[in-house]
Amino acid sequence: MTYSPHTDADRARMLDAVGVASVEDLFADIPAGVRAGAWAVPPPLVEQEVRAELARLAGRNRIAEVSFLGAGAYRHLIPSVVGEVIGRSEFATSYTPYQPEVSQGTLQSIYEFQSLICELTDMEVATASHYDGATATAEAAMMACRLTRRSRVAVSAGVNPDYRRVLETYCAGPGIEVVIVPVDLAEGGDGTTDPAAVADLQEVACLIAAQPNYYGQLEPMRELADATHATGAQFVAVVEPTSLALLEAPGTYGADIVAAEGQPLGIPINFGGPYVGLMAARMASVRQMPGRLVGATRDAQGRKGYVLTLQAREQHIRREKAASNICTNQALMALAATAYLIAVGPNGLREVAELSMTQARQLAGALESAGLAERRFGGASRPAVARRRPPAARRHATLAERGIVAGHVLERAEPMLRDTLLLAATELTTDDDIACLVAALEETR
Amino acid sequence: MSVAEAPRSNASGRGAAFSGPNAGDDLTVVEPLIFERSRAERRAVRFPRPSERARAAGDGQPQLPASVLRAQAPRLPEVSELDMLRHFNRLARLNMAIDLNFYPLGSCTMKYNPKVNEWAARLPGLAESHPLDPQALNQGSLELMWLLAELLKEISGFEAVSLQPAAGAHGELTGMLMTRAYHGAHGEGEQRMKVLVPDSAHGTNPATATMVGYQTVTIRSNERGGIDLEALRSALGPDVAALMITNPSTLGIFEDQIDQVLAAVREAGAIAYMDGANLNAILGRFRPGQVGFDIMHFNLHKTFSTPHGGGGPGAGPVGVSERMEPFLPAPMPVLIDGDAAEVRANAWAGRSTAGARFALNDARPQSIGKVRSLYGNFGMFVRAYTYIRSNGDAGLRTISEDAVLAANYLRVKLHDVYDLPYDRLSKHEVVFSGRRQKREHGVTTLDIAKAILDHGIHPPTIYFPLIVEEALMVEPTETESLETLDHFVDVMREIAELAASDPAAMKRAPVTTPVGRLDETAAARRPDLRYVFPDEGDVPDAPSMAPAREAPTT
Repeated sequence: MTYSPHTDADRARMLDAVGVASVEDLFADIPAGVRAGAWAVPPPLVEQEVRAELARLAGRNRIAEVSFLGAGAYRHLIPSVVGEVIGRSEFATSYTPYQPEVSQGTLQSIYEFQSLICELTDMEVATASHYDGATATAEAAMMACRLTRRSRVAVSAGVNPDYRRVLETYCAGPGIEVVIVPVDLAEGGDGTTDPAAVADLQEVACLIAAQPNYYGQLEPMRELADATHATGAQFVAVVEPTSLALLEAPGTYGADIVAAEGQPLGIPINFGGPYVGLMAARMASVRQMPGRLVGATRDAQGRKGYVLTLQAREQHIRREKAASNICTNQALMALAATAYLIAVGPNGLREVAELSMTQARQLAGALESAGLAERRFGGASRPAVARRRPPAARRHATLAERGIVAGHVLERAEPMLRDTLLLAATELTTDDDIACLVAALEETR
Repeated sequence: MSVAEAPRSNASGRGAAFSGPNAGDDLTVVEPLIFERSRAERRAVRFPRPSERARAAGDGQPQLPASVLRAQAPRLPEVSELDMLRHFNRLARLNMAIDLNFYPLGSCTMKYNPKVNEWAARLPGLAESHPLDPQALNQGSLELMWLLAELLKEISGFEAVSLQPAAGAHGELTGMLMTRAYHGAHGEGEQRMKVLVPDSAHGTNPATATMVGYQTVTIRSNERGGIDLEALRSALGPDVAALMITNPSTLGIFEDQIDQVLAAVREAGAIAYMDGANLNAILGRFRPGQVGFDIMHFNLHKTFSTPHGGGGPGAGPVGVSERMEPFLPAPMPVLIDGDAAEVRANAWAGRSTAGARFALNDARPQSIGKVRSLYGNFGMFVRAYTYIRSNGDAGLRTISEDAVLAANYLRVKLHDVYDLPYDRLSKHEVVFSGRRQKREHGVTTLDIAKAILDHGIHPPTIYFPLIVEEALMVEPTETESLETLDHFVDVMREIAELAASDPAAMKRAPVTTPVGRLDETAAARRPDLRYVFPDEGDVPDAPSMAPAREAPTT
């Protein structure tokens, strides 16, 4: 089926107006030697048929009945009202707000998004959005290079390995060197970044560290920020947004740039996307920020309104001198995050953070007291890291066959973490889920 | 209704199309910020309390140390669910959107976004699928990605497709990083550092080249709006990494010397990159991978109708030739058990593919790496797959035929009242110039765009491409009826008449929108980028920055 409204009579009238005999004539400017031949695209389907096809594919997935998987993408409650907001056609089917007079809905909601992210992070300016947490982190590193005129960046090994891979890819182009600052992953280590190691860094533009880090550990962010600043570099904090209901805000401990994955804020897991990258910084650095910004202003009658602003940083104005090439970002996902933060409010966000942590502690406590696993690292954290009796990877696979996903197997990416699983709990993790995992592990012991 | 006759809206500026509940006493505010509606302890969503069992079981576990705790809770708004919903519904009504208005924004392909695509994207079996689940649980998601890549290969004529990039510009970045990797692998990484970009290119092209460390060289267009072959040939050499070319161009013109362009690029040892933003014009007519292009990005949110969302999410898969395949981002969905032709045949016929097994292949030693976390904007893949399967071979061809027909129809209906610097056969869009109105009546293209708003139509892209003075770039798409196109023609002719008869009225437009023309210079001079709480002290200023040109583009 097609969505073309034209009847044959319409087409005939239009062809006549254009002054050509057939639609073929409209493509006469394609040189004969390069015209497409036959292709093997399947025939059209009507709605009933295409629904059956998509239902077939959805049916080939198995959604885990019980899951402790996080590792960068988390299951949280998405309030129904959030779906209602982003489902509105006026938000979903509009373009980037280039004509502000007819885009105030999008523009004001982005301004509110920027305000919420500033408040959550205690920063002075936040962008309209980035593709995801990983690309926001990579863009933050490149921004730090512009600010410091240095071409080497340091990243803690506690930053999500996926983000580090994206960072390496982005840096390869302009030849920016990436230095890894190790995390103590050894037996008995605390799984955090050593501020003393930062002091030795030479001529780096920034240090990137995550709070909590990939292993669920709390980093000494204030010490890392101080040590980074002592080298003349920018401190880039990668944060988990729901944790900011409880944890000290990056702006308070001295972060210069904040990057984050906004998926936990009302965005479905969706097999990895679309998500939303968050970025915030100091006002003094705004000229070097990548991405769109919305600002408030007035019209001739004094009415308040919102516009895209400081566009002299952007590709459509500056072309090869732009701060970034980003154009389309993740606006509708930023709207989801905005609606989420407003729906849950400060008390709801705190409840999410506290309940997630309570369930993580219950999970760790239940596994330890049953003798099924021990925590690999000390300290309070979310997600929990548990080391289990070997071989963890095989038991992980056995449980998956029963529809139980016992977190993420770490040894594939980090050989030092043999027999270690990264388990996450959120407010959706129930007591029964934990009991179910414990029982299943008892059976496979 | 002409602009001059448009009724004055009420004091807060809402015209008929935007009438909503009164915002309050301040008539200069259309809708207050949600922060201003906040009342302490008002709630929308609540969460369960932790059980006694949960507390007891975690008792021995470490607590958060006081040193990491936040001193003051973030001041998020505290509102009821209804307050919040009304706030967003009122904001929604301030937007134009495809589902409400004709939206001929050139280069953006604002076509209808079919609703069955949304149904598909919300299927729990897909939307709740976790990207790091064991692959045995994810076969449906992986198969969908594999099938979509197969379809994009077939449509574009390329050997391989990566779905990972999140938007068109991200696809460009991927393509340029691959270009660097390719030349590096051939010992020419240091030598080939220039990227040729026509003067009609999207701004993302030169910005992307810079992001990967390349130097941009601009190639002028010829008097017919195509790339100047002489200029291209003299710029090509052993120091050139790639040509980035948009075809059909941003003038809506098919590059009719494309065979010679490709031959010259190939001879110089450079990579031929095609910006696929305008693929909507050539489905089934031109397959770039088949004729010698090395790389192209798709915009699933343009050609394949995923909703643009007020600025994303998009998806920018890249298709590549055989020689570029090793450099594609990792991981790639692959078929590990089953015959590809048989799997395709079964999927196309709606038969079970249960015997086929898919996996993600991360073992790609020459890959540029990852450009995004996980695997890309999967929700957009679901929509694009649904769209391509709905349309099928015949439908995809019809899309381009009708899109091109509509653009040409507008061309011939309007080229007597608006200058058309390149009056040739159009593809998906046509670029007029408002220079006559500017010269004769002092009415700019910006004025014309603002006058269009008063007719309930979203204006075309303006001031782009840069090579057209006072450009008005119109892309009607294939989903607008003849009546809508005719109405647009009437509106544009009426506005041309108004420009002549009452230029001052044009300067006042728009008058029916929630706000009038906004002071963008003031916005840039003293940026107000977030809500300031009443008890906050001085807010730091941004360092001074030259205000941007007022003209927006895509």
